[in-house]
Amino acid sequence: MNDLLGVVDWSRAQFALTAMYHWLFVPLTIGLSLIVAVMESIYVRTGLPKWKGITKFWMTLFGINFACGVATGLILEFEFGTNWSNYSWFVGDIFGAPLAIEGIVAFFMEATFVAVMFFGWNRVSKRFHLTATWLTAVGVSLSALWILVANAWMQNPVGMKFDPAQMRNVMDNFWEVAFNPVPVNKFFHAVFSGWCLAGVFVIGVSCWLLWRKRNIDVAKNSIKIGAWVGFAGILLTLMTGHGSAVEVSRVQPMKLAAMEGLYRGSVGQDIVGFGILKCEDQRTDEDPMLFSIDIPKGLSYLIYSDGEHFVPGIRDLIDGFAINENGDTVNTVSYAERIALGTKSREALARYGAAVQAGDTEAASTAAREVEDNFKYFGYSYLPSPEAAIPPVGMTFYSFHIMVFAGGFLLLFFVVMLFVSYRKTSVLEKAWLHWLGIISIAIVWICSQAGWIVAEVGRQPWVIQDLMPTTAAISDIPSSSVQITFWIFAAIFTGLLIAEISIMLRYISSASKEDIANPTH
Amino acid sequence: MNTLEILQDYWWLLISVLGSALVFLLFVQGGQSMLHSNVNDTQRQLMVNSLGLKWELTFTTLVVFGGAFFASFPLFYSTSFGGAYWLWMLILLSFVVQAFSYEFRRKRGNVYGTRTYDTFLMFNGLVGCVLLGVAVGTMFFGGAFTVDKTNILNPGAPVISNWTPTHGLEAIACWKNLLLGFAVFFLARTMASLYFINNIAGDSGLTSKMRRKALLNGLVFAVLFVAFLLVLLLQSGYRMTDGGFEEESNIYLHNLLNMWWLGATLLIGVVLALYGIFRSAFDSKWNCGIWYAGIGAGLVVLVLFSIAGYGNTAYLPSTIDPASSLSIANSSSSLFTLTVMSWVSLLIPFVLAYIAYVWAKMNARPMSETELKGDAHQY
Repeated sequence: MNDLLGVVDWSRAQFALTAMYHWLFVPLTIGLSLIVAVMESIYVRTGLPKWKGITKFWMTLFGINFACGVATGLILEFEFGTNWSNYSWFVGDIFGAPLAIEGIVAFFMEATFVAVMFFGWNRVSKRFHLTATWLTAVGVSLSALWILVANAWMQNPVGMKFDPAQMRNVMDNFWEVAFNPVPVNKFFHAVFSGWCLAGVFVIGVSCWLLWRKRNIDVAKNSIKIGAWVGFAGILLTLMTGHGSAVEVSRVQPMKLAAMEGLYRGSVGQDIVGFGILKCEDQRTDEDPMLFSIDIPKGLSYLIYSDGEHFVPGIRDLIDGFAINENGDTVNTVSYAERIALGTKSREALARYGAAVQAGDTEAASTAAREVEDNFKYFGYSYLPSPEAAIPPVGMTFYSFHIMVFAGGFLLLFFVVMLFVSYRKTSVLEKAWLHWLGIISIAIVWICSQAGWIVAEVGRQPWVIQDLMPTTAAISDIPSSSVQITFWIFAAIFTGLLIAEISIMLRYISSASKEDIANPTH
Repeated sequence: MNTLEILQDYWWLLISVLGSALVFLLFVQGGQSMLHSNVNDTQRQLMVNSLGLKWELTFTTLVVFGGAFFASFPLFYSTSFGGAYWLWMLILLSFVVQAFSYEFRRKRGNVYGTRTYDTFLMFNGLVGCVLLGVAVGTMFFGGAFTVDKTNILNPGAPVISNWTPTHGLEAIACWKNLLLGFAVFFLARTMASLYFINNIAGDSGLTSKMRRKALLNGLVFAVLFVAFLLVLLLQSGYRMTDGGFEEESNIYLHNLLNMWWLGATLLIGVVLALYGIFRSAFDSKWNCGIWYAGIGAGLVVLVLFSIAGYGNTAYLPSTIDPASSLSIANSSSSLFTLTVMSWVSLLIPFVLAYIAYVWAKMNARPMSETELKGDAHQY
């Protein structure tokens, strides 16, 4: 495997490509399914035909987007096998279960009821159709639940133990895997961000209708629903985002340090409100910021609810020391030591195998104990140096701050939209508001993508935090094969995205020329 | 049998049932492969919209089939998917282009034109069926791979499953695998014809065309399947014994004879399938062939998976290192995971019930030209 690094890089690129394309479509599906269900509920409750028209308008956009989410999602599941086969074996016992549950519990629900949603208007009763719409929305969110449980487990591998006889990890506590605080926060953060994204999408498209002075009543009604769903979404996203950051500080302190570009931490650590990192690779105590505006003690306070708490930086973590809340220096295990302990565990595993083959049960048992004692550092044995455990700081830092800025903007955006929808309706006629709505569509998508970059790039070099680096998780395939499939999928997904945007624009444009509230069919 | 062995067998049964369901639902792909045949635009529209009600089910069954394999037999997932890279990538590619083609094909502004999306559907219809058959074929005729778990100890070359450098292309080139692949393809076309007969009303021209196609494709399928069955029964394989895997001639024939109920099920399946096909072809008033042929085909697939895996048979034989072959016992998840998953599997009857209920509701009125004219959402 001479091209080990080539395979790793191309496999990472391919997974990132497919995941990011998938995440273009999924949050809109999550949020829009809820909004459509709310609209249809209003139709069923009031019996007003205009709400049927409004529901169908947004449902068509949902359908166009839904197909793209399905197409891009298929690849992701199977890429764990095709490109990350070692990973599939090493932790398949734990990771595979949520994927199977996702299929049984959620995918069939989605697939079955989405057909009723689209084609059932004249085939089933009004109430059955509404039930199908809600079940589709539930199915969509349940799908997100199980894949996020799986992803959260990669960030915080719990509920398992290592089985030296099979040289893999096995699950020993399902509830811990599924419902520890990391997946709970991650799930709600992702789902609520989908509400937020769909809220902006509905408002943005409605603003375009207002700008073109078409279907004014439809647009105003849609803005109200989009704004409420989006407002609830952004508030809950901020809350769960905070919860996620607290969990990151606990289980992935290196990621937190990278998010803040923090190399040397301190008691009463500031948080970077806005900053530019120096270009060079930072490995020293020198201030890594070219320029920054900080909020004093902000990071300590936000993470620990204590402005005097110590927050370790990248260098502190590598060197293996931290300062506790009393300001005392506390030694932890340095990354060099972790590599040594991980190597010890790996070597003990080799001895275990040899002892089992030789029938020496006592030696096998001793080796197994040694594997277990140091297993929490097993993954470090694959790292060439302590510095190899540092994620790409620049990408993590900027993605995090873009996400936070965009999130702050979106909170204000929804407040403004709710205000003008109920208290200052004359502003709804203003062109600046229309353009604000339209431009916000791009901002919310950037925010959403940035969030995933923080989560996934910040986890590097690990595919499973502390247990398995990406370099050990791959398949035995030539990098040229992965390059070819990378470019094939890049071309297909880009073509797909172009077609989707084109179809949506054309549909919005043509539907808006008719009376959406009273469709001809 | 201990609890682990029972659960391993149970999960192999579930995988087999999912495989059967998938093959039944491949009528969607079979129908797609017929879109360019001798039908007019209205008939094509009826066919697409009729299939469009079901394509998501086939797609989801494929995804769940993969997910269930991952959860219950992760070593297969890691060895076959990571090894036969090109085979699986081509299958996935064909399903990716299917997923958006239904929704996009007739939408204004779709950039590439309806014919492009119909070609994607055609591609999925042909390639998806044939290559899924090829992938299942490797479970009988094997692959050139090795599995060495100690590789995980080597940071320079940590991959435990290593496949021949052609990475699945050799499986596609294997005539035995292709025999099964094309049998699956013609079965899918046969089932699609029967599905159209059942699901499309008011176009007697299309229905009679489909009766002819059911017969023609059914005959080709029968020939290919009989040939495959003969090859399979003469095939040797590996059986796990106390001393490791041992080669055994006619292993699948022995499995059929040793587990006589499987032989009986195979016979019932074949009879049901043939009854569904031939009665549909010659009884112009009968439209239930899809159910007979579908259940029959499902039973046959169930038997094929069963003889591949049960009886300590290697269900993924290695042609270069028999000791690396995969069996139900050596490739499964742990007892704990299989137990958890088994509790979850209790939901399956509930899932099947609501699928059946919705299917019945949505199919209560067959697809017709009148409906296409009135329905706002169509493919």
